[in-house]
Amino acid sequence: MQIDNIIQKHKTQKEALIPILQDIQVELNWLPPEAIKEVAQKLAIPLIDVYGVASFYRAFSLKPRGKHIITVCLGTACHVRGGARIVAEVSRKLNIEPDETTEDMQFTLETVNCLGCCAIGPVVVIDGEYYGGVTSSKVNSIISKYRK
Amino acid sequence: MTKIMTNNQISEELKNMRACSSEVPCIVISCGTCGEARGALKVVESFKDEIKRQFVGESRRLAPTLRITGCHGFCQVEPNIIIEPKGIFYVKLKPEDVKEIITETIINNKIVDRLSYVDPITGKKIAYEKDIPFYKSQQRLISGNNCKIDPTSIDDYICIGGYKALAKALSTMTPEDIIADIKKSGLRGRGGAGFPTGRKWELCRKAVSGKQLAVSETQKPESLNLAYIICNADEGDPGAYMDRSLLEGNPHSVLEGMIIGAYAIGAKKGGQHHSQGIVYVRNEYPLAVKNINIAIEQAKEYGFLGEDILGSGFDFDIQITKGAGAFVCGEETALILSIEGKKGMPKQRPPYPVQKGVWGKPTNINNVETWANVPSIINNGAEWYSKIGTDKSKGTKIFSLVGKINNTGLVEVPMGISLRKIVYDIGGGIPEGKEFKAVQTGGPSGGCIPKELLDLPVDYEKLAEVGSIMGSGGMIVMDENTCMVDIAKYFMNFLRDESCGKCLSCREGTSRMYEILTDITEARATMEALDLLEELAGVVKDASMCGLGQTAGNPVLSTLRYFRDEYIAHIRDKRCPAGVCKDLITYSIDAELCTGCMACVKICPQEAITGKKKEPHKLEQDKCIKCGACKDICKFNAVKVK
Repeated sequence: MQIDNIIQKHKTQKEALIPILQDIQVELNWLPPEAIKEVAQKLAIPLIDVYGVASFYRAFSLKPRGKHIITVCLGTACHVRGGARIVAEVSRKLNIEPDETTEDMQFTLETVNCLGCCAIGPVVVIDGEYYGGVTSSKVNSIISKYRK
Repeated sequence: MTKIMTNNQISEELKNMRACSSEVPCIVISCGTCGEARGALKVVESFKDEIKRQFVGESRRLAPTLRITGCHGFCQVEPNIIIEPKGIFYVKLKPEDVKEIITETIINNKIVDRLSYVDPITGKKIAYEKDIPFYKSQQRLISGNNCKIDPTSIDDYICIGGYKALAKALSTMTPEDIIADIKKSGLRGRGGAGFPTGRKWELCRKAVSGKQLAVSETQKPESLNLAYIICNADEGDPGAYMDRSLLEGNPHSVLEGMIIGAYAIGAKKGGQHHSQGIVYVRNEYPLAVKNINIAIEQAKEYGFLGEDILGSGFDFDIQITKGAGAFVCGEETALILSIEGKKGMPKQRPPYPVQKGVWGKPTNINNVETWANVPSIINNGAEWYSKIGTDKSKGTKIFSLVGKINNTGLVEVPMGISLRKIVYDIGGGIPEGKEFKAVQTGGPSGGCIPKELLDLPVDYEKLAEVGSIMGSGGMIVMDENTCMVDIAKYFMNFLRDESCGKCLSCREGTSRMYEILTDITEARATMEALDLLEELAGVVKDASMCGLGQTAGNPVLSTLRYFRDEYIAHIRDKRCPAGVCKDLITYSIDAELCTGCMACVKICPQEAITGKKKEPHKLEQDKCIKCGACKDICKFNAVKVK
């Protein structure tokens, strides 16, 4: 039903495929297979093309994501200031690789190519909250704020 | 608000608006994404509360006003404020500082010394914005307005002369005049390739007129003479964020440029005036999306967008398309496919977008900064503009100066300025007294420029000569602790990930180059790897279709050209001179510098560091995972990396 509303909002237009998928992802936090099928059917686009678009763009997740999204910036400025070490540390602390979700569905670790706030790098964003000047020794205290 | 229909009405409107220069001081707060990330919004709240508290009853009319603006460019010192009209500059504010500012500066007219900016080179405090070296060497034609306006207020923009260029263009210039002016100004695309903007417009206009000829034959005017005018705000180069800052801080300047461009490209006397504007903006920039949305709504309300703009009979509308996180969509043909709801895989050119773009219609795509340059060219004339810059590169360029640099931020300088001026005079040099190694320009398509070339004048040609490119203007400064092989590997990983996969050369070539670079950083490579890398980089360049593949070799080629000795140290000596590549380094504790504070013992996740209080600690190599936590936490520089 939700998905139907989203499609209707975009007037069932084929060219609105990307905005439709974006809205579904905002609503459900990922793109479940049923949703992709429904979109394909209602927009009369071959399923493989919808799947192609969904898998082509980074913004779409084809796996369920956790309650909290941890995004580590890997822009060049963050990289030269040790961004990769931050990813490794979050990875180690949560025991997941980038693009994976913890078993208890609490955290998903993602990386991004640049958030454009290079002055405060390395940057970590959790649920929209920005943390600047992150070091590997600060990672634990940042994550623990979000643990239940 | 009724629609503004004539040029005179803009002036009328101006008079009716609140006075731009007010008698009470104005506190200008920088609140771009970078400012917000550093807590600027909390400072804003604190100002609102404090002003309400301190100015009651009669004194309320003396209360300072607040102006919440986009980014002022000096991201290093955010949250920062400027107190107008004097231009007092305070940096790195916390909500707790606000009370003192109101009492001391606003009421008692005194400078709060501890909040002033400290020059990293001289160590001196500087109280006024105009005296700060970071701003002094800049020429902020485009970005300078960010601190003069609230980006969510079209009235603020009109107050500083906004939409005057549009009125001038529509009432006194023909489309041909405008194109001639833009051509004469020498403006070139700020997105990377540097194609002359006026020529692009001319080509697109020709393609549109060609279609218009067909109109009389088919009698379907609405569909045929349509042109798409696109603002490419898919700012994907890591380390570049000037487009975000412009969209967040001064969205109307971009819209004004687009409307003028649409008129120049699509309008025909006595014919149908029909074009559609699209701002294609990165999804990772929520504040930019919000502000450009507000700006479009306001421009519609005032009649700068919609039907019969300023009574000229010219119609134009702009909508927003949000990207979905694909770097390659910054490429024109990929961007077009993405707008059409498809996978963003570049197409062979020709036909060029100006001939056949979105839905097969003539499409003119310019970058955010290019559009933002247009109003000032129309206002001040092509001649004025062409005096700024070098022979072939005119005007100013905004660079994002980031990485290992004291004054991180956005800097706008005339073309032709030397790298040394940017890094040292504006950037304030390298932090912690470390040595400059290179500056990387042009994002993943660019290259690394070494110390020996610091006096290079920065323009499109000169950067290309040394093996880099202008790109969108990212400048990442690297110091002695940056490993150039690691940088090449970083960019290759980026490109391999972002390659759309259409051309075999790019898809496989970037992956293989990444593997070779990984081998080098993990001590598995032989010297032959260097020849192979060079050969591969050449093949990928020659055999790939779009800009991503054609430039994918640059990060490797430029680092090999200037920093070959670092590659050799990795391969032959199994050593990373910068101390970055994990497999080639070891951490140790210098017993003489270690004070025995236990900080590293507590933080080490592997319990690899042992020792007692006030005694030098020891690090067990086989337990160490080289996470760097001990080095981060040590206050005595006792953790060494070799």
